Formats: sequence, C-alpha cells, structure tokens
Amino acid sequence: MSQLLTREEICVPENEVYHRTCLLTDAALTYCPGCGHGTAHRLIMEVIEEMGLQADTIGVAPVGCSVLAYDFMDIDMQQAAHGRAPAVATGIKRLYPDKFVFTYQGDGDLAAIGTGETLHACNRGENITIFFVNNGIYGMTGGQMAPTTLPGMKTATSPFGRDTESMGYPLKITELIAMLPGTYYVTRQSVHTPQNVRKAKKAIEKAIQYQKLNRGLNFVEIVSNCNSGWKMTPLESNKWMEENMFPYYPLGDIKVPKQN
Amino acid sequence: MAKVKGEIVVNTERCKGCELCVPVCKEKTIAMSGLLNSKGYHYATSANEDCNGCTNCAIVCPDGAITVYRVKLEAA
Amino acid sequence: MKDIRLMKGNEAFAEGIIRAGCDGYFGYPITPQSEVLEYLSTTNPKERTGMVVLQAESEIASIHMVYGGAAAGKRVVTSSSSPGISLMQEGISFMAGTELPCLLLNVVRGGPGLGTIQPSQSDYFQAVKGGGHGDYKMIVLAPASVQEMYDFAKLGFDLAFKHRIQVMILSDGAIGQMMEKVELDDQMPRLTDAEIVKRYPWATTGKTPDRKRNIITSLDLNPVKQEIINQNLQKKFKHIEETEVRFEKIQCDDAEYLFVAYGSSARICQKAVLLGRAQGIKVGLLRPITLFPFPTEELARLAEQVHGMQVIEMSAGQMVEDVRLAVNGRVPVAHYGRLGGIIPAPDEVLHVLEQNFITSKTEKKYEPAAY
Repeated sequence: MSQLLTREEICVPENEVYHRTCLLTDAALTYCPGCGHGTAHRLIMEVIEEMGLQADTIGVAPVGCSVLAYDFMDIDMQQAAHGRAPAVATGIKRLYPDKFVFTYQGDGDLAAIGTGETLHACNRGENITIFFVNNGIYGMTGGQMAPTTLPGMKTATSPFGRDTESMGYPLKITELIAMLPGTYYVTRQSVHTPQNVRKAKKAIEKAIQYQKLNRGLNFVEIVSNCNSGWKMTPLESNKWMEENMFPYYPLGDIKVPKQN
Repeated sequence: MAKVKGEIVVNTERCKGCELCVPVCKEKTIAMSGLLNSKGYHYATSANEDCNGCTNCAIVCPDGAITVYRVKLEAA
Repeated sequence: MKDIRLMKGNEAFAEGIIRAGCDGYFGYPITPQSEVLEYLSTTNPKERTGMVVLQAESEIASIHMVYGGAAAGKRVVTSSSSPGISLMQEGISFMAGTELPCLLLNVVRGGPGLGTIQPSQSDYFQAVKGGGHGDYKMIVLAPASVQEMYDFAKLGFDLAFKHRIQVMILSDGAIGQMMEKVELDDQMPRLTDAEIVKRYPWATTGKTPDRKRNIITSLDLNPVKQEIINQNLQKKFKHIEETEVRFEKIQCDDAEYLFVAYGSSARICQKAVLLGRAQGIKVGLLRPITLFPFPTEELARLAEQVHGMQVIEMSAGQMVEDVRLAVNGRVPVAHYGRLGGIIPAPDEVLHVLEQNFITSKTEKKYEPAAY
C-alpha cells in the first residue's frame, strides 16, 4: 500500500523534514571522517540560522583543527592566534555590544596556551559565548598530548600513556570556569548520538539567547572524538569516548542561571 | 494511526563513509554502498524501504550529507 | 582660544587618542607608561565619547583585544613598554598578516630582560626591522616632545587607516614621564557603526545579505596565494617608503658635521648643536620622525655635504646601521650611545663629535662621567 508513492514523489520540498543549513558553506569540511567538529559546526550554524542572527554574528576561529572554521561558517569571522580567541572576542564584543560574538576553540587552544585568556574572559564576565570542543588531544598537529588527555592515554607525545606523575592531570577547565561569578551558563554536551545532538542543540540555543541578557559568559563544552588522533574508527572512538572520556568529563549542565 | 513514509537523500560526494549514521537508524535502513565517491569513500545509502523519516541519521552526520523527507500516508 | 595644558607625555598621548576619535584602548600596567591607562581610567572617556577602556590580564591579551577591534574596523590602541611590547610581537605579526590598522605606543625602557625603568632606545631594531615573525614593517613614529606624544595619536590613526597598517609610536621613559606644555585640538567625533561599514567594507561587522562574509585571517596554506599576499604587503611598504618619510632638520643648510638622533637623543643633540655653533663648529642635526620609513634619501644627500655623521642613541647602536646603509660609505658614520638608562649630556655628545671628526690632537678619549 505504501508502494503507491515512489521515491521521487516523496522527495519533494514540501516533504522535506531535514536539510543541511544554508549557513554552512559549500566547502567540503576538512575534518576527518566522523569527527565531531563537523556536527558541532552544523548545530551552531543551524541555531544562528533559526534565530536569524547571521547579520549580527561575529565568530572567532582558533588555531587547531577548526582553524578553517571560517571556510565553513557563512558569517563574518576572525582567525585568532593560538589561545587568544577569548581576548579577540572581548575586543569585538566591547566595541560591538549589540552583536552576537562567539569563539570556537579546541582543548589545546582553550585549556593550554589560552588558559589565561579563557579564565580572565570568564572572570570579567564577558558577554560572549565560548564553544569548546574537547577531544583530549591536539588533532591538527598530529595527535599530541593535550591538557585534557586522560591518564594512561597514548598520544604522539605520551607514547607510553599519559603519566600523571610527570605530565600532570587532565584539566577540568569547564568546572574551573563554572566557579567564576562571571560565567552565567556552563554546560558540557556531546554530539555523537541523536539524543545528545538534540540536547546539545538546545544547550547551544540557550548559550546564544542568554548572550543578549548581558549577564556574563556562556560556555558550551562539546566532548568529541578524534579518530585519527586516537587511531580508531569513528564508531570505535565514540564508544571509547563514552567509556573513558565521559566518566572524567561528565555530560550535563554544570551551571544554570537561577531564573532569568 | 496515519502511517508515515520517509526517504533519505545522501550527498554521495559529501559523505566520508564514517558510518556514524548506520547504527542510529532504528529501521536498519542505512548501509554503506559498495560504490565509491570521487574521494574513494564508500558512501551511505538506503538499503531497504523502511525509512520513517525520523532524521536520526541526518543529525549525527558530521558532514550534513543527508537530507530527509517524510510524508503522511492517508489511512488505507 | 587653544586648550593648553601642562601634561606628562603618557597623559598627552592618552588625551590625544580620545580626541582623535579612538574607539577602544586595551592595556596593561608597566612602568614607565602606566599613566596612559591610569589617565584613561580617571578621565573616563566613556562619558565623553563612548570610548571603551579595558585593563587586560596581560600584554598578550591586550594586543589580541586590539586585533579583534581592529578587524571589526574600530580605532583601537594599546600601549606598553619594552618587555610588554616583546610579549605583543606575535599579535603584531598577525595584524601585519591581516593588514589591520591600529595604534601602538612603546615607551621604551632599558633592557634586555627586566633591564631598568629608565629611558632607552634599545627597541629600535624590534620596532623597525620587525619584532615578530615574517616579512613585515610597521610605520614607526619617534616623538621628541610631549606635544608630539599628543599629535602622533591622531597622525598615527590617520596613517594606520590610510595604509591599513600598524603604527607604532616609539617613545621612551623620559618623554613619557616628563611634563611639558601641550596644545590640544577639538574633539574629533568617533565613527558610527554605519560609517565603519561604509568606509571599511573588509571589516567583520556582521554579514549582511548584500555582501559575502568577511574573513580576517593571515593563514593561507597555498604557497602561491601566500606569496601574492606577501608581495602585496611589500608593495605597500615600498609605497609608504616613497610617500610617508618625515624628519626635521636643524641648522643643516651649512652644516659640515651632522648629528643624527631621534626622540630624547635628538633633544640632547639640539642643545649640542647650539653649543657647537657657539664654538664655531658648523654642526647640524637630522631628526628622523618616521623611523620606518627611514629618511634614507635625505641622509644620502647630506652625506654629499658633510664630512662626518655622529649618531647618538641611548643604545649600543641600532639606528646607526640604517644611517650607514643610507650614507653607503661616502662619509664616516660614528656611533655614541649610553646604556643602562643613562641619558647623555649635550656637552658630552658634542665632545664625542669633536673627538671623532674635528680634533686631530691625541687628546684623551672622552670618559663618561662615573655616576
């Protein structure tokens, strides 16, 4: 009975329930197959499209795998020196208080070289939104140990596993900044399952809407995979992420505004 | 209950064959094609007619390669 | 009637940027220039012009806040002193690579390392030859008075936006801290956001439907494109060398000997010229005002006229190399510099010139006074 409709008859614009947001450019994403960066990019652009903010958004790309974010996000963007995106965004937002300003950063960028900028942008309560993709490794440069690399995790610079004695402990930067009065909404999400994607999108919507309230910095961490760095297939890396990353970086809202 | 019928269209050039969409499809509709795209990836494709247009596959796709259609069928 | 005040160099600069329509200042305390931020904090330009003033957590953060503002078309400034300016070099190189206009003030103090808080001119190479990575130049202005600390704020902004380049004012601790009379101009209005969108279509002001998105990046992994980017930069620097050279000549027309000095050293040499003239020595002074673009042609011309040039710098000799390049061996070019933050005395520098070029007797070489 359902054969009455052919594929061509179904695939018509009025039946469309999901399509790639037009705020992503046509450029092929340079991310490895199955990398969470692509999904994170897509969700942020979907929200900006749905909220009609394209003309009022200024994004700041980091140094790292997502350095070329400006080739994929069809909005005005600036590329910041490694670790300095929160300062760049501070400069923009202070001078354009009505624009929506966000940074998009990896764990090396935000929690290693840029720790100072991250903490102080949060501590000043800059009215910007930070999207932080945490995959526990330096992807762009070939899989070196990052501040968020887990104990025992093998990387190009911890080939025998991260030894906490000599290499320190994974840095829970998100919990750190959540303690600062300057942060308003702080959450940790993931984008590797449909349910988590839906939750992550809602979190992204909040983190963008709240910026208009000028009540402080909104911070969305997205725990993600790194297939080439972890040397796993995408499906394996998502499984490994659930079993190893999530226990150390538990998902969910860490700081929610009391009432707004 | 009005039955729904879904279809997915995969942008075979954009797909990188990461297979993340395969396990999230409750109807087991998606499988990796034997064919390759110009970059040498086996791209995702529909392997049966049971798609109900739930969009799970599309929203986990890192490259946004899947467009989803859904239509309500009048009760027979 | 002109608004005339007695101000410190640092404060004159701060007032200068406000009146030049500055949109934002991002800085960090460091002796000997903390007064810039202090003055901006007390005079609170937010009420006067809506200008943003923010103390950052470091000089690194400051320069990148400037980057963000500049890439969005705003008139932005930071100021610091030698060690702080060293921290800013990567940020400056990024602004060179993205051709962003901005204004930087370096109130130079003695180095290397923590060095001293006394004045120095030992950052010349860093400022003029490029302290960061890659082939780039900044326009470098050298004030020799508190009035110029004020004037060069507006001049710096105009040059920065005219050429989409970074402009550094290379001052020093003495000029930053000394007080002198300053004539202030009327307030220039800040540009509105709409005017910025019109004037600077490259700026990231938000992608409106009528245009493609603006991207400010210094990255291009394609070597062919990256070379073109670099070639265009070099063309710009060449054009600036041909059109923006500034210097001051004092009693050079009949000069047989020439002092070449900028900033505080030029003030000392100005007095030494008077002392020399009083003793019948035909000495003049060429004071470079732009250190880049350097007054090469003028020096080459003067080399045809004078018997020798005495470069005076509060450093171990940096600008002297550019003077020698300009003179190209036609006449001897001597260098004399006090280090550690000591400012030479007028009679001291005159004596050095005499020693090097005039007195043939084997008089005792001038020994700097022991302090």
